[in-house]
Amino acid sequence: MNADNRRLDWILGGAILALLILPWYRIRAGFFSFDWLGDFFAEPDLWPGLFQALIGRWQLWPIILLTAAALYLRLRAPSGAGRGRAMVWIGALGLIWLAVEGLSVGTRGWNWGLLEASFGEVDGQPAFGAGAVVLSLFFTCLISFGAAERGALKGDAFVLTSIALLILLVGAFVFYPILSIFTGAFQDFDGSFTTEGVRRNIADPKIWSLGCLTGGACGVAWRTFFLAICTATATTLLGLAFALVATRTRFPFKKSLRLLTVLPIITPPFVVGLALIMLLGRQGTLTQAIYSVTGIELGRWIYGLTGIWLAQVLSFTPISFLVLIGVVEGVSPSMEEASQTLRAGRWRTFRKVSLPLMAPGLANAFLIGFIESMADFGNPLVLGGSGGVLSTEIFFSVVGAQNDPSRAAVLAAVLLFFTLSAFIAQRVWLSGRSFATVGGKGDGGTHAQLPARVAWPVIGVVSAWSLFTVIVYAMILFGGFVKLWGLDHTLTLEHYVRAFGVTFEGGFRWTGVAWNSFWTTMTIALIAAPLTAAVGLLTGWLISRQTFPGKTVFEFVLMMSFAIPGTVIGISYIMAFNLPPIQMTGTALILIVCFVFRNMPVGVRGSVAAMAQLDGSLDEASLTLGAGSGRTLRRVILPLLRPAIMAALVYSFVRAITSISAVIFLVSAKYNMATAYIVGLVENGQYGVAIAYSSVLILVMITVIGGFQMLVGERRLRRRPVPPAAKEATV
Amino acid sequence: MTNPQRGAVEFRAVRKNYGNFTAIPQLNLSIEPGQLVTLLGPSGCGKTTTLRMLAGLETPTEGAILIGGQDVTRLPANRRDVTMVFQSYALFPHMTVFDNIAYGLESDGIKKAEARQLAEKGLDLVGLSGLGDRLPSELSGGQQQRVAVARALVLEPQVLLLDEPLSNLDARLRRRVRTEIRELQQRLGFTAVYVTHDQDEALAVSDRIVVMKDGLIAQDGTPRDLYESPASEFIADFIGEANVIDCQVLSVQGDMARVSAGGAEIDLPARGAQPGPAKLAVRPGAFRVVQDGEGLEGKVASAAYLGDHIEYEIDSAAGRLFVVDDTNTTAIAPGAPVRLQFRGVGVALIA
Repeated sequence: MNADNRRLDWILGGAILALLILPWYRIRAGFFSFDWLGDFFAEPDLWPGLFQALIGRWQLWPIILLTAAALYLRLRAPSGAGRGRAMVWIGALGLIWLAVEGLSVGTRGWNWGLLEASFGEVDGQPAFGAGAVVLSLFFTCLISFGAAERGALKGDAFVLTSIALLILLVGAFVFYPILSIFTGAFQDFDGSFTTEGVRRNIADPKIWSLGCLTGGACGVAWRTFFLAICTATATTLLGLAFALVATRTRFPFKKSLRLLTVLPIITPPFVVGLALIMLLGRQGTLTQAIYSVTGIELGRWIYGLTGIWLAQVLSFTPISFLVLIGVVEGVSPSMEEASQTLRAGRWRTFRKVSLPLMAPGLANAFLIGFIESMADFGNPLVLGGSGGVLSTEIFFSVVGAQNDPSRAAVLAAVLLFFTLSAFIAQRVWLSGRSFATVGGKGDGGTHAQLPARVAWPVIGVVSAWSLFTVIVYAMILFGGFVKLWGLDHTLTLEHYVRAFGVTFEGGFRWTGVAWNSFWTTMTIALIAAPLTAAVGLLTGWLISRQTFPGKTVFEFVLMMSFAIPGTVIGISYIMAFNLPPIQMTGTALILIVCFVFRNMPVGVRGSVAAMAQLDGSLDEASLTLGAGSGRTLRRVILPLLRPAIMAALVYSFVRAITSISAVIFLVSAKYNMATAYIVGLVENGQYGVAIAYSSVLILVMITVIGGFQMLVGERRLRRRPVPPAAKEATV
Repeated sequence: MTNPQRGAVEFRAVRKNYGNFTAIPQLNLSIEPGQLVTLLGPSGCGKTTTLRMLAGLETPTEGAILIGGQDVTRLPANRRDVTMVFQSYALFPHMTVFDNIAYGLESDGIKKAEARQLAEKGLDLVGLSGLGDRLPSELSGGQQQRVAVARALVLEPQVLLLDEPLSNLDARLRRRVRTEIRELQQRLGFTAVYVTHDQDEALAVSDRIVVMKDGLIAQDGTPRDLYESPASEFIADFIGEANVIDCQVLSVQGDMARVSAGGAEIDLPARGAQPGPAKLAVRPGAFRVVQDGEGLEGKVASAAYLGDHIEYEIDSAAGRLFVVDDTNTTAIAPGAPVRLQFRGVGVALIA
């Protein structure tokens, strides 16, 4: 028996078992609770696919027939290109049919009136369950195994299956939801087609008005756009200042500056806004201090675009700093040294050589700042007041009294258009323009110091901003210990006790209000992290080590999901997964899936970067030594990528804890996440508990990241760099 | 092994395109078992592509590749009975020397204990016994290279592929290691395909050299064939250095031809030449430089003293010639008129 048949036997076995014993449809109480085992025979909704088909759900017959056809091929046809082609067809037809029947037959029968008119009535069906999921995996594998038998990608079934599964998953959990937004925009409450909502919202002056140019108020789309431009400009300039100070001056606190780069990773996104309220709000420390000294009442200026801008610049400058450190360091010192030997002074060198070389990097940082600002949800939510931005408008148009899904859909589409344009600009326009990549040749020398006339102002700005940042974070830590901010500054542990109290009376109990969401958050983050890392690393490996048709598109689409704002993801998940065929709202699964596909691009980038440092001949050596690509990945690549894996794990864990924008749509009473809970506290005005909870989250994440740093720091591979593949000049 | 063709390699009309670029238009090549064949050529000539297609790391666009008489064209690298020594060695940095060598054996499903024994034998073979527990990073470049060879050889492949295996070693070590590889190959009798751009290396180790240019075989033969009877100007210049000058074939008698070049006359193997204009490849050492007497007239343009020989650039009626004189120890000053006489060796008619 050859490998072709062996792997086919496995998936055929799985598919047949699934049709015979696994419930085809979704079980409301959850598959893994196994409560359903008791009612298995009595309740027809729990029956497996074959029996569903026998009791009149004719839409399942094609699936059973296709499975039978695959079985027939296995038993009667020899493995080879002919059988391969047939398998690809069966798999593709199976997947298409699953999608078609799942989308057209809903809980109450046909989803579209048109179909009912042509085919007569049909019984409603619940969402896909375990059986349907296994069958869709079966059909996917059938496609990839078939392609392998046809000899695609040198017949490498492992690589083909990985690609096929990734495409299936990305299709189901990135594309399908985004598509649902657009279909949602054209639907009425009862699901019938209408353009009314779209027409109303597209022309809405509240979105598109340019009135602020003539003294009125601008539409939310333009406000968001202006805000993003301002935030991106400020973060880029500040980030550059920080990067220059950190690398090219004798500033004494350079090391601690780098600590700043950790801040955005560990800070839940609304916390900076919260701290700003405590500092500059009506009862804020600084506001009151100014009032008592000068008698000037500052009022509510912090609520609105100015406040959001300030919070965003505080939040995103460290990101820009991180990007620009690489850019500034990447400028080859020998370029600057060459300039100096050509009689250029330091100022001229900086202006004529260093800055132009950094320009593409600066543009990149600007676009990142733009996307971050557009996607930011936490700060506008806390500081928005009456003048919100797109991301908060989306939120309020579904959760508030408005409840206008088509408005949410239109707004989401607008937001998506902005961020994707910036993303495409970043990828297409900037790609290949970077001068900052360090070449293979050893580059000695040191970076030129900044000329004095640049250095002093830059150091001044950096010091002032760092001080501001430190004060803001001090407010956060301190605020949790104060009874009522701005009014009663008695020190108290009351908020912490309320949030994280435990009692031993009558047995140990978690009495604090925060525990529930805290443990949910930890559990979900812990489950999501390894999945995110695995998917991200596998994808990174495929992108950097395998060549397959459509790879560029595949990579582009994957990275594009990075530019989809969390709010858009949240709203799209609700629209897509609230009804059959895939119904996940209100479960922990939807949160996990959301985290995995939202944070995956980071894992991809990490593993692509790490793999770029691994000599490609290592993989080839493993292949020529008889190992398949699965074994190569497991034995050679993964061990060498350990630091990248750890980083991906930690990052996805932390991101799952801090994210809010998508999560706030997806949490439920049963599965509430820490950030959503804190935002709830803020909305109720319980700042003390909110701040205390946020501080605890920040501490948890510092611990996790610190522990990780120590762990990775210790296990450096004993190795010299791989001998350079120096090609000598040929004769 | 009963397969009489074990170790034989055949490329049948193999073509390789990368997108619109044709790396190899059409390659026909067969290698007999037990030979060490070198693919030699300047960079971009397709030699590495050829090797990688043999390894299964690239798939030909058209044509067939046979190893041991079996068509392996569509077989992936891990199912082919060939192994490869990489230019960068590609030793797995996280595994010890033993684990590196045992890796392929374990991939073949051999039990750990047995794999370790075989690995030990392999290590013996390359003279590194006792170093098995080190990491590759703890070995010198030459030792790493030998581990790479051992790792490839323990699998007893039909064909061993070597991709510029010496290019990361310094010149002295290079000479020693190439002798070792050659010895090992002759002792164990495996087929080896060796890629290099260094013609000295190729001349020293090969049973047969295949010179490639622009994806085509420029000439194929024993080292001696290639040196003594280059088929083209390119080969003459690529294998050793040569002055290519115009000449006249005066007459052909049997397999010898009477040739006149710049006033001097010489008898050479005809190699199918007909009377008429032709080209002559003259090695730098093929001339005797004299200050008076018969021969090609010339004038010294530059002279360099290099210890055991003197290198001249000499302007003559046949153009500027590069001449090496190892019989005199005093250089003739530039500007002086000289005569060049054929010494009777190192001259060949280019067919």
